[in-house]
Amino acid sequence: MIELEWYLGVSAILFTIGVLGVLTKRNAIVVFMCVELMLSAVNISLVAFSSFMGDVHGMILVFFVLCVAAAEACVGLAIVIAIFRNNITADISKINLLRW
Amino acid sequence: MAMVFSNNTVNSALYLVLHMLSVSGFYLLLQAQFLAVIQILVYAGAIMVLFLFVIMVLNLGDDEKIQSKINFKEFFAIILGIVVLSQLLYIAGGYTGILPELSVEQAMAVGTVEAIGDELFTTFLLPFEVTAILLTAAVVGAMLLAQKTKNVED
Repeated sequence: MIELEWYLGVSAILFTIGVLGVLTKRNAIVVFMCVELMLSAVNISLVAFSSFMGDVHGMILVFFVLCVAAAEACVGLAIVIAIFRNNITADISKINLLRW
Repeated sequence: MAMVFSNNTVNSALYLVLHMLSVSGFYLLLQAQFLAVIQILVYAGAIMVLFLFVIMVLNLGDDEKIQSKINFKEFFAIILGIVVLSQLLYIAGGYTGILPELSVEQAMAVGTVEAIGDELFTTFLLPFEVTAILLTAAVVGAMLLAQKTKNVED
């Protein structure tokens, strides 16, 4: 069986790639995809701990995280569509609806 | 899996599908069969179809005008990414072995559908129902946000 540290390392690398994508990308949909990447990195870490500790609660937490991620992607893409319909852009540096 | 940095949006979405499939492979390696199936169904089945549909609707296939040009921002992001990665690896490296010794049968019995369903419908029944309400509210909110009338924003 593969050691726990390898799973944690893969999770950390994936999380860092997601952070880099969120910080550098300017397309809103790609930013959403990078957020999904970070969520799945955390899920890998949770499942690894849960499996190595023989506890099922971590997997149930991952289940709830999947549900919340589905809801978040749904609402987020709807917001992207609404913004794109009002002012024709998907560039998040040009969206300043909430700027005071 | 590290190919999120494609300039084409559709390409990066398809790389995300590949990533979700390999994460599901990780779950199978960790004896979490239920979560592997759920991962493929929810992510590769539902969320990625949603992403590709939105990309198709918004017509963002070629985004040379959207790709980032500011080098300072990328430099700062790379520095921050190195810091985050080193912190995470430091935490993972400083972990001391407190794991219980498991037999193979015990480890196999953790991630099955029976174990997860038993725990989900007894101990975690209330969060399960709250999740159902959350998903319903998300669907209704998404329809309200994306509908065609202009009563959403200004």
